[in-house]
Amino acid sequence: MGKTFAEKILALKSGKYSVVAGEIVTVSPDIVMSHDNSAAIAKKFKQIGIDKVKHQEKIIIPLDHCVPAATEKYASNHKEIREFVREQKIENFYDINIGVCHQVLPEKGHIIPGTLILGADSHTTTYGAFGAFSTGIGRSEVASIWATDEIWLRVPETIKVNIEGEIPPGIYPKDIILHIIGDLGADGALYKAVEFSGKVIKEMDIGGRMTLCNMAVEMGAKIGYVEPDEKTIQWLAPRTNKKYEIIKSDLSAEFEKIINYDISDLEPQIACPHTVDNVKPVSKVTGTKINQALIGTCTNGRIEDLKIASKILRGKKISSKVRLLVFPASMEVFAQAMELGILQELVKSGAVIMNPGCGPCLGAHEGALAPGEVCLSTANRNFKGRMGCKEAEVYLASPATVAISSLYGEITDVRGDLK
Amino acid sequence: MSIKGKVWKYGDDVNTDVIFPGKYTYTITDPKEMALHALEDLDSKFAKEVKKEDIVVAGRNFGCGSSREQAATCLKYAGVGAIVAKSFSRIFFRNAINQGLPLVQCKEAAGNISSGELIEINFEKGKLSCKKGVFDFPPLPELVLGILKDGGLIPHTKKILKIEKGE
Ligand code: SF4
Repeated sequence: MGKTFAEKILALKSGKYSVVAGEIVTVSPDIVMSHDNSAAIAKKFKQIGIDKVKHQEKIIIPLDHCVPAATEKYASNHKEIREFVREQKIENFYDINIGVCHQVLPEKGHIIPGTLILGADSHTTTYGAFGAFSTGIGRSEVASIWATDEIWLRVPETIKVNIEGEIPPGIYPKDIILHIIGDLGADGALYKAVEFSGKVIKEMDIGGRMTLCNMAVEMGAKIGYVEPDEKTIQWLAPRTNKKYEIIKSDLSAEFEKIINYDISDLEPQIACPHTVDNVKPVSKVTGTKINQALIGTCTNGRIEDLKIASKILRGKKISSKVRLLVFPASMEVFAQAMELGILQELVKSGAVIMNPGCGPCLGAHEGALAPGEVCLSTANRNFKGRMGCKEAEVYLASPATVAISSLYGEITDVRGDLK
Repeated sequence: MSIKGKVWKYGDDVNTDVIFPGKYTYTITDPKEMALHALEDLDSKFAKEVKKEDIVVAGRNFGCGSSREQAATCLKYAGVGAIVAKSFSRIFFRNAINQGLPLVQCKEAAGNISSGELIEINFEKGKLSCKKGVFDFPPLPELVLGILKDGGLIPHTKKILKIEKGE
């Protein structure tokens, strides 16, 4: 019997000849990422009672969750992190001018296939788009890895999600993943590795694959994974000269389930308040008034996403009833969008261009909602209170749906515009 | 290890944003203060009325969403003695263990317990007693139980490093 990607990589990283799903192994990760939560992690690390982190070269810390600092408290948090970074001689530190962790780490060449990456952030699953085994952990666990270079992991069973068909006009990777999450449910892949495959994935660009793996955690998955191919290799080539080994599931590997989708007839999808799996076709909620529209976050703040939005908004004005906030996911994306004239166009349409970072995604600052307000966002979570107010509503959709809806001030089916 | 406590019952998919809102994640750092906001956006009565060793019982996928460990910390410091659920979200499961907060994954039990009743859990034996009877649940893996018994991951790591150094 063959082995899955998850079984192969966890055997490798635990120094065993072979492991099977369900087994608990002790592994040593290649990279440990933490962000604005690094000050709290540093405190826990000090409680362990040692002075030096074991492998400072494995640690990556970008500041992104509340940048620039919104209040004295946030500023002090950042200051503590900068001091810790200096004290521990952590080289891979990115200050507030870089962008969201999940965009920055791949861009800066830290993510390569066949590696084990752990991050103090649930959307660490994003890096599976590059064929890494990558998942979120808690703060105590990061502190403990800093001290010992070790952690226990359970080898997950693997669900293969095959996506076939032709992508219809107006449909984007976000619609596909929302559809899958709506279908499988918020715990549809609990504890499992989810391997995305099929014709649609082969044709999909890296940004789209990142969107899929980013949201895999919204159905409970431990990791998302896309088998690296020529596109992956080309994307990585200018960013890293690290050597890597591509690890794939064997053809005879034992998958817990294989789920097939044909998306040829898929309509634009939207996650309605207050759960990510409350997914409907956009056509079921068209006309719903929105107060704020958000394009950005680690799910859909890439150059591909900004291009889609600007194409829809070009030469048009957004509704006077809507505030449109655009957060490029990283400074690289920001600069590219500037060079391509995208930011200028978006500004002319009435958008507010914000600095790269998480923005209001977790309700900390920069565009929080008021009671009774509705936000249509390209982010990955719409839980009650997520954007700072429990009496506000958040809908999640593709950048195209968000852009078109901001023109009309209400949720709108982008396909109407394509006719 | 066993506990007895009053039940607070909730449904499926209780997420970390309603357990501990994201807006507090960088502004509240004291665990005792975290406890004052436990389950704030789900049940405003909870933090005010919860007693030491009370037990939270929920449906599927408890703790889904963010990796924020404060979701486990706030419940622990609010006095919660254990959480019983049909299933737990992966990161929350780890965070709770790492905070020394015991978890019981048991579909049958979680479905048969009602709010307000007194239940008793014996972790070594893997037995949960409630009004509707006694339910068995599989004990946690040894390695995981070890972390729990040491009071969480930080004290556990401290202990291991000391042993390695021969102290
Ligand atoms: S953009 Fe949102 S989901 Fe992504 S890392 Fe930041 S807060 Fe988390």
